[in-house]
Amino acid sequence: MESKNLKSACESCPQYNPNGLKKLGVDVEKYDFVVALAGNPNTGKSTVFNALTGLRQHTGNWPGKTVTRAEGGFQYNDQKYKLVDLPGTYSLLSTSEDEEVARNFILFGKPDVTVIVVDAGRLERNLNLVIQILEITNKAVVCLNLMDEAKRNHIEINTRALAKRLGVPVVAASARFNEGIPELINVVSEVANGTIVCKPHRIKNVPKHIDEAVKKLSEALKKQFPTLPNSRWIAFRLLEGDQRVLEALRTEEFNPS
Amino acid sequence: MSAADKIIEMSNELRWRLGNEFHDEITEGIYADAHEIVAETVTTDSRKGRNAADIAIDKIVTSKIWGFPIMFLILAIVLWITIIGANYPSSWLASLLLDTIHPALKDGANYLNFPWWLSGFLIDGVYLALAWVISVMLPPMAIFFPLFTLLEDFGYLPRVAFNLDYLFKKAGAHGKQALTMSMGFGCNAAGVVATRIIDSPRERLIAIITNNFSLCNGRWPTQILIATIFIGAIVPSVFSGVAAVAAVIGIAVLGMGFMFFSSWALSKTLLKGEVSTFNLELPPYRPPRFWKTLYTSLIDRTLIVLWRAIVFAAPAGAVIWLISNIDIDGYSIAYWMIHALDGFGWLLGLNGVILVAYIVAIPANEIVIPTILMLTVLVTGIHAGEGAGVMFELGSASETGELLSAGGWTLLTAINLMLFSLLHNPCSTTIYTIYKETKSFKWTTVATLMPVFMGFVVTFLVAQLWRIFFQ
Repeated sequence: MESKNLKSACESCPQYNPNGLKKLGVDVEKYDFVVALAGNPNTGKSTVFNALTGLRQHTGNWPGKTVTRAEGGFQYNDQKYKLVDLPGTYSLLSTSEDEEVARNFILFGKPDVTVIVVDAGRLERNLNLVIQILEITNKAVVCLNLMDEAKRNHIEINTRALAKRLGVPVVAASARFNEGIPELINVVSEVANGTIVCKPHRIKNVPKHIDEAVKKLSEALKKQFPTLPNSRWIAFRLLEGDQRVLEALRTEEFNPS
Repeated sequence: MSAADKIIEMSNELRWRLGNEFHDEITEGIYADAHEIVAETVTTDSRKGRNAADIAIDKIVTSKIWGFPIMFLILAIVLWITIIGANYPSSWLASLLLDTIHPALKDGANYLNFPWWLSGFLIDGVYLALAWVISVMLPPMAIFFPLFTLLEDFGYLPRVAFNLDYLFKKAGAHGKQALTMSMGFGCNAAGVVATRIIDSPRERLIAIITNNFSLCNGRWPTQILIATIFIGAIVPSVFSGVAAVAAVIGIAVLGMGFMFFSSWALSKTLLKGEVSTFNLELPPYRPPRFWKTLYTSLIDRTLIVLWRAIVFAAPAGAVIWLISNIDIDGYSIAYWMIHALDGFGWLLGLNGVILVAYIVAIPANEIVIPTILMLTVLVTGIHAGEGAGVMFELGSASETGELLSAGGWTLLTAINLMLFSLLHNPCSTTIYTIYKETKSFKWTTVATLMPVFMGFVVTFLVAQLWRIFFQ
């Protein structure tokens, strides 16, 4: 009979690629790409991490559970990805240890893709971090997690409009039930390989006098380091007096190596 | 002047001109952006806000009247299930590992003509220490950790933090210390690592130093056993279980009291400073995925803690066997140590045996009780269990009680042992973790010695008062 060849709608979709994914756990010796996992506390970042790597680290339901930088890996379409789970933070602007770890990894660790896990039910507060990260890196994917809870609370999000506004791909997911994870992996690989090019949102509501100062500084930075992708963020940090950024400037760390 | 220096100079000048408002203005700008984006992309049914069930539960568990009673009730239920439930697998494991495998190993060693000291060292020392730790620790952990993890996954821990926040603030500490304290009830080393969620270095140090006052998993069995034998015995047998659980909870709550007190004392003296404010998020309640939680808590917590205990117990077992079998002037090293510490032990309402046990058991709190029993046999010369230098478990709590009474134990000894088990130096893993986290010799020393010192003071005072009023 023909039944052998019958396929479900999912299986006939071009996105369907079950053999392409291999969960590597902590076996990440050689890798093609580094993916950073950022997000607010208690948004299910660790659950996404487990879903991607096949690791089963315990995920507690309380904010701030992940305090160390966990690493794992997965393989997709013959490319190996190293996944770095950053501590959950609400912002990247303060001097606390967890925020410094997250900020410096995204800025200096130069991950190939940064996945920002956000709580779909608390989008406005979560966007605070998203907007900051989009200033630092061009290659980001927003994972709109906890969609099941958002739905239960009668919150609807237009993901396409959101992706357009943020200038990066947005993937809706419920990581606890593995929903949206295959799509997320696919989008991550496309951003990593340059198939998808992001045009990330930049902070708009900046008072005029600050904007002028930032522009001035940013232009001086660009002149000195022509390849710098995030001169505006560096300018923000210099105005904030970030010691690590000042040090990087002195040691010419921003030069392409 | 290099180009980089010029940029730095320019930024310094601009920073000065922009003034203090800069940080807030950027933050406001980001919020304004976020607000605009959300307005365009998110629709909420405004009539239905946050999950009604969540709000209803929160109203009860964080209420001023019911918050604390519910907390203690939950703690009591978890402990009760652990104590009652652990009995059966514990005795089963003990009969397997101690009564069946141990003699078999001895026979095997004899058959292979092992010299007595080698089979003693390996089988009576190392193997028995391991067997004890596994049979005593594994069952309560395999029950306690999953229960704790289920509560954690459900979302109850942040509510505990919410309830305790006010007390922590009063003590000059950070409200998030409630979370690290709760982790400490499982394992102090884990609790110390968890303090990384506290931003301010001052408050983080307070949380690290005082985490030891959370009664950890290695100490629960000691508390439970001693409470069952001595506290349970002073009430009619119908109530002995309840009395034992109440005594253990009493010790745990006392530990929290000491934690608040020492946090307060530290924040007024060595670690002065302002209390920082923070937003504590009350996450939505999530029905835990039962089997998954069971699996992860077993792998992540139970087995890892058990493995650690095994790694430390093996050498400790060897040391115990050695000090009770190497003789100086006709008596074992253990004998000399016990006699040297007996006087000081008496002052504290304890005895030399207990103090030696605590010195030997620095690597792992779990082996305190077997060491005490073994050393008691050694000094009293009673023939029970396996004899000199052999760690063992007695068949029942009442047998253990008889042995300890013969060793000169009274109700005072039991109470003070429970107090001292709460108030003494952290285990070596925790000490090492504290050093790794603080990178400071000074604070590691403070965190190590402060609780022992408090233990000495408290047991001394209790012993003197006891002797005045009851003897």
